[in-house]
Amino acid sequence: MRANCWYGKKDVRVEQVPDPKIMNRRDAIVKITSTAICGSDLHLYNGFMPTMQKGDILGHEFMGEIVETGPDVHDRKVGDRVVVAFPISCGKCFFCEQELFTLCENSNPNAWMAEKMFGHSPCGIFGYSHLTGGFAGGQAEYARVPFADVGTLKVPEGLSDEQVLFLSDIFPTGFMGAEMCDIQPGDTVAVWGCGPVGQFAMASAYLLGAERVVGIDRFPERLRMAREGAKADTINYEEANVYETLMEMTGGRGPDACIDAVGLEAHGAGAHGFEYAYDRVKQALGAETDRPIALRESIMCCRNGGTVSVIGVYGGFIDKFPMGSFMNRSLTMKTGQCHVQRYWKRLLEYVQKGEIDPSFVITHRMRLDDAPNGFSTFNNKEDDCIKIVLKP
Amino acid sequence: MATGTRRQEQEPEQRGAGGEQSSQSPLENGIKDGLTGPEAPVNGRQLGDGRRQGYLKYVDEEQLARGLGWFSIGLGLAELLAPRGVARVAGLRGGTGLIRLMGLREIAHGLAIFSQGRRPTEAVWSRVVGDALDLACLGAAFASPDNDKGRLTFATANVLAVSALDVLCARQLSAGDGTERAERGSVPVNKSIIINATPEEVYAFWRELTNLPRFMRHLESVTWTGEGRSHWVAKAPGGSVEWDAEITEDRPNQLIAWRSLEGSEVDNSGTVRFEQAAGGRGTVVRVELDYSPPGGAAGALVAKLVGEDPDGQMQVDLRRLKQVIELGEIVVSDGTLLGEGYSEQRPAQPLGVGVGG
Repeated sequence: MRANCWYGKKDVRVEQVPDPKIMNRRDAIVKITSTAICGSDLHLYNGFMPTMQKGDILGHEFMGEIVETGPDVHDRKVGDRVVVAFPISCGKCFFCEQELFTLCENSNPNAWMAEKMFGHSPCGIFGYSHLTGGFAGGQAEYARVPFADVGTLKVPEGLSDEQVLFLSDIFPTGFMGAEMCDIQPGDTVAVWGCGPVGQFAMASAYLLGAERVVGIDRFPERLRMAREGAKADTINYEEANVYETLMEMTGGRGPDACIDAVGLEAHGAGAHGFEYAYDRVKQALGAETDRPIALRESIMCCRNGGTVSVIGVYGGFIDKFPMGSFMNRSLTMKTGQCHVQRYWKRLLEYVQKGEIDPSFVITHRMRLDDAPNGFSTFNNKEDDCIKIVLKP
Repeated sequence: MATGTRRQEQEPEQRGAGGEQSSQSPLENGIKDGLTGPEAPVNGRQLGDGRRQGYLKYVDEEQLARGLGWFSIGLGLAELLAPRGVARVAGLRGGTGLIRLMGLREIAHGLAIFSQGRRPTEAVWSRVVGDALDLACLGAAFASPDNDKGRLTFATANVLAVSALDVLCARQLSAGDGTERAERGSVPVNKSIIINATPEEVYAFWRELTNLPRFMRHLESVTWTGEGRSHWVAKAPGGSVEWDAEITEDRPNQLIAWRSLEGSEVDNSGTVRFEQAAGGRGTVVRVELDYSPPGGAAGALVAKLVGEDPDGQMQVDLRRLKQVIELGEIVVSDGTLLGEGYSEQRPAQPLGVGVGG
């Protein structure tokens, strides 16, 4: 089959690789009909995730049709049209029983690696380095899906691929970001990062009852999508001081909740220019692995007693964390890779009822063979690129 | 968590301070049975692993050795470049050639310390020899009426003080090396994991020793040979190692202990405890293994059997046990070689072979 493989920093290639086979009894093989490039794939593309191997198949947002099942797959059958969750979860361990699916204790065969880096291991993830298991990803014609009964969602008749594809990751991830804010009537929620996850965080904040949602970014097309697609107010941090603007909007009190949908490759401008240069240098020297510019700002802006929700991906260590602000103002931070399987049925209902059409984030549609071009376009934010869907 | 009695024997020095405040000794306090024994958990204990404290340390000898190395280089440079100044401070009159030579020797000690790695045992002992030479020279200097006796006494006192540090550091380095060797000969492994199953289920699985190779990767097979005895075959580079073992203690749903029979090539023993996890959250499995070969070639064999990181290997094996019990099989990814790939790495691409279906 054809698959998009990682070969190094800014080097991905579509190659001919062996077809996947059933390796565990609860596996299914899915023939992929739609797959996407995730913002977090860019962290791999830019070489920020350790433990990548030349030839690793990328991709963790995909859907398709089940073409083969292992002997212990009971609730799915050949021919089912399914969306696949990016976390690989066994459904039987302590954490899966609590629906904390990305903390599955059994699905990462390389847990020892992650333990060295993180203290404990998260779950296995498709196409996301060997630290998270070394599972082949879904930017391919076929993929092996372990624990298929837990890791796939059957798609009802009448919904297109583009309407349900993002249930695999970014829609639930944005939703969880908003859910972690424990939104109360009247709340203002500020979202750093108007990429696809940020868009879904903004839309979800409204679904969960926020009064006002503010999106922060620097790309006009993303800010426009936040206004038109997610119905949020926006701040362009290259044109306005974020803190001042948010205080003005909230009578000086600050947003009730702040969502960091940026993560480890934050940029900065204006007042952040020096901060960005500082983090960039430290990152280059290996003195910190992540650039937490958005995280720092979201903490400083959040109102006293508010919640900072972190769904942007971090990989290692950060510097100059404003702990004094965080502690003295009784802030709460909630974080996590999204427990997709906990949310996707509820979100599917929103889609079925027409309360949201997740396809609003798609800006580019390409063939799988164009994936290298797609990565470069997406990474350079060329051609107003926000979300790319690939068709094998 | 200290569970082995052998280890507790090494701990009294470290435990002294805590013991004064506690009316019970650590043993009476229930530490011997692990964090949560079969009885009600006892709180208010000092926890920790005594393995890093095998012998009493006054100072960190590795750090001290580096300090001495810098001292050697500093003093050596001074002697080499400013022999007159050194002579004046030490109260010596006469030629500077000898002092320059001593400087060269000091620098050699320093370089040896930094080139010998983390534990420069021999290099620090060479400093002790150098100290003896220095003291001999100073002793000879006392005989000459030209020299300043007060300054000589001061210099001698300084050399004696540094010599004491050298001897302390060298002895600790030697002792530490001995401990590391002893630890390599007798390799204790202590690990635990929580499994989402009852103690009865996990005990029953383990009690059938033939199941052990399903998750312990260094074992090839375990077979019953009758009367509670079993035959074990372990994988080793270039072949396999075999021994016979017997179950020495068997408390249903709580504990199984076994040890190899006398005359085994690799003397080893193991204990596994099964405890109800707090709050009904499954079973805590605690494993202790100990490989104690007579030494020599068998010692090297054991090192190969358990690998560079025996605790880490056991952790991986216990995670496999958890998977076998919770899921019925071991999870593999495309990047692992069908579950064998502990240290091997290959791209996350399909292998083109199947094991199920």
